[in-house]
Amino acid sequence: MTFTLDAALAARCFEVSLSLAPGETVAVLGPNGAGKSTLLSVVAGLLRPDTGRAEVNGRVLFELGPGVHTWTAPHRRGTALLSQDPLLFPHLSALENVAFGPRSAGVPKRDARETARHWLAEVDAAELADRRPGELSGGQAQRVAAARALAVNPEILLLDEPLSALDIHAAPLLRRLLKRVLAGRRAIIVTHDVLDAYMLADRVVVMEEGRITEHGPTREVLRRPRSRFAAGLAGLNLVAGTVTPAGIRSDEGLEFAGQHDAPLVSGQAGVAAFPPSAVSVFLSEAHGSPRNSFRVTVTDLEPHGDQIRVRAGELSADVTPAASADLGLAPGLEVYFVVKAAAVSIYPA
Amino acid sequence: MRPGLGPRLRPGLRAGAALAVGAVAAGLAGCAAPAGDAGDAGKTVTVFAAASLKAPFTALAEQFEAANPGTTVTLSFAGSSDLATQISQGAPADVFASADANTMARLGGAGLVEGPPRDFASNVLTIAVPPGNPASVASFADLARPSVRTVVCAAQVPCGAAAKVVEQDTGVTLKPVSEESSVTDVLGKVISGEADAGLVYVTDVKAARDRVQEVPFPESAQAVNTYPIAAVRTGKHTELAATFIEAVLGPDGQQLLRGAGFGTP
Amino acid sequence: MRRRRDSSYNGIPRWVMAVAAVGALLVLLPLAAMLGRVNWAQFIPLVSSESSLTALGLSLRTAAASTVLCVLFGVPLALVLARGDFPGQRLLRSFVLLPLVLPPVVGGIALLYAFGRQGLLGQSLEIAGLQIAFTTTAVVLAQTFVALPFLVVSLEGALRSAGSRYEAVAATLGARPTTVLRRVTLPLVLPGLASGAVLSFARSLGEFGATLTFAGSLQGVTRTLPLEIYLQRETDADAAVALSLLLVIVAVVVVGLSYRGPAPAGSGGRTARPGTAGNHGRVAA
Repeated sequence: MTFTLDAALAARCFEVSLSLAPGETVAVLGPNGAGKSTLLSVVAGLLRPDTGRAEVNGRVLFELGPGVHTWTAPHRRGTALLSQDPLLFPHLSALENVAFGPRSAGVPKRDARETARHWLAEVDAAELADRRPGELSGGQAQRVAAARALAVNPEILLLDEPLSALDIHAAPLLRRLLKRVLAGRRAIIVTHDVLDAYMLADRVVVMEEGRITEHGPTREVLRRPRSRFAAGLAGLNLVAGTVTPAGIRSDEGLEFAGQHDAPLVSGQAGVAAFPPSAVSVFLSEAHGSPRNSFRVTVTDLEPHGDQIRVRAGELSADVTPAASADLGLAPGLEVYFVVKAAAVSIYPA
Repeated sequence: MRPGLGPRLRPGLRAGAALAVGAVAAGLAGCAAPAGDAGDAGKTVTVFAAASLKAPFTALAEQFEAANPGTTVTLSFAGSSDLATQISQGAPADVFASADANTMARLGGAGLVEGPPRDFASNVLTIAVPPGNPASVASFADLARPSVRTVVCAAQVPCGAAAKVVEQDTGVTLKPVSEESSVTDVLGKVISGEADAGLVYVTDVKAARDRVQEVPFPESAQAVNTYPIAAVRTGKHTELAATFIEAVLGPDGQQLLRGAGFGTP
Repeated sequence: MRRRRDSSYNGIPRWVMAVAAVGALLVLLPLAAMLGRVNWAQFIPLVSSESSLTALGLSLRTAAASTVLCVLFGVPLALVLARGDFPGQRLLRSFVLLPLVLPPVVGGIALLYAFGRQGLLGQSLEIAGLQIAFTTTAVVLAQTFVALPFLVVSLEGALRSAGSRYEAVAATLGARPTTVLRRVTLPLVLPGLASGAVLSFARSLGEFGATLTFAGSLQGVTRTLPLEIYLQRETDADAAVALSLLLVIVAVVVVGLSYRGPAPAGSGGRTARPGTAGNHGRVAA
């Protein structure tokens, strides 16, 4: 009961092998032009590879090669696509948009609307049912688009950078929503954002130049990146722990104050995320405005662009070479990493 | 606008139209005869003639140019009604040869004709059928048979008016499948085989050569079409116009017209 | 045109405006001149004569019928041209658009050789008991021939500017191609389709040359308003002018009511902006 894919498309230098277990969500990371969207198009049937084979639950999606030519049209694949642009049909209301899939499957109008209402409620958009897409904000439209994709109960849900067009206020809300609906669902999510991978995916695949260069469980890939791209991404500081009223308490007992938009319940699992550029390095403990200050031991120094990346266990900070010299940074030195609470985002894990 | 042109235009012409047409006419006249002097070498006479006159008039123009060295005959062929309209709106014609008296009379009524028109040829209707005469048309009465697809001119144009006269005289009422605006269109429908028969002029059948066959009918004598010719009052080359008209009425002109199937006036 | 009259910079040089004014005059002056020649005292009797009303009725009926044919054949053609990918596509487009630049009389001759009695299909049609020449069907065929490119061009433009991303999404949601066409594509390009249909109707209404050559001219059967005007002009200039004005009024009403120019008709959003000015400019050129 798995999904397997082998496909090659010479015109796009694309050659990928991938399989997904039932209920598994895979995040596809990679630079622009790496073939991430090509992968989704091939799975959805919008793009025909030269050779290859794909099947889901024993049903062949395509089999192309010398002497074999099996091709399942996109509408028979059960692969709903949610892309960066919600692409809601502008002439239909939100409800009709969501009911579109069930209606196309031959579900009677009333039942299709019932299904649509259910999924709109599921994405907290029940009150938007009668609105036209033109009357929705970007975040609202993307929620409706998510409901529309889910309403067809796809075998594989394909998400193509679903959050990248949203502003910083709308993105966290939809990310939480996706986390909820993707639980136990087979999905492939293409993303730029390591946080999406961390939050939404069980497994990460890194693509570069049309090929998969790295794959594995999300935490592992981000912790020990082998591909250059993953290494670049992995810089983001991610601290898992338990939600507290002020932020999060890490498993090692460190307290992180941070920002969270949604009301989080204390005691639930969560994660704090902040970029290395937001971390300052001091030799002594700093006081003042609400800051997170941790005593850490420098484990490693490495150039990162025109900065120096200072690693201390799982955390890292970026400082200028001048500052690094002033501070006399070297592995083994004890320093304080300081980060403003405003720069720390708290998410439920 | 040239001051001299205004009074000659048909009274009642609106100022806007007069301005536009006057400008065009003045421009053309200026090209044809600088300073309005007709005495120079390179004299040109412009002849507006009914479309059916194309073959004989073209030949006549060549003869005329040969006989009068240094002269040029510019010919313009179209439906008589079209030509009359053009002349009344200031087109630079010196001679007008019409396919019917009514059209000439219309132009004369507007004060645009110099002297009384003179009849120079006649033409009668005949039946044109496609080669092989598929509908076996043998008489004028045959044209009224329901199985025969007959095409005629509309009553508004001379050939249609002539057909109406024949219908009245013979008591035969035609049920044409089409009433065309010009005799050329009637002939075209016969040549293409769309129509089984068409009422056209004898000269048209002659000009179409073997692309159509003629079925003459005696009743055609009831409606003889007379062709008048006259100099145009707004013309610039009065003398040459008179010479050309004489050539049309003279033995050479008449011979060419007979050759094309026209009758005596 | 509900554009706000603000003072923002529009970048149009003065001389361009002057030339534009001359261009506008070129169209308006003849119409105004014709208006000046209308015999107003006789206008109503002239346009309400039996032959005029018959011609007007025939024109409206045939133009409506050929518009239906244009939509019927033009929509698939535009889809194939805009979305398809096959050898000879450009050639097909050139041929479909040919009637735009072809003198209508040439169209009439071509139609004659196809559907005429002696034509390619004419003999088979004759055997089947169908006669096309000299019938109202011939008028509709001639009008469809000249008007079809107008629909194809404006719809193809609309389809191209709309893109096919909505269709891809619809397909992944399980919609069959026909469902996608009916529920997504056509609603999205409806404004483009509507303006194309209106242009086709207007072109059909004005069709003269192909009709005259192919269909003939008989009151109530094939003599549409333009043919009636042409005939009336032979003897009765007043009638011809009055009928011309009538045709202008009908055309202005039809086009004015249903064709709103390049502005998108609905809140179609950024990708659903069919019937752009560029396309129609090409048609008019």
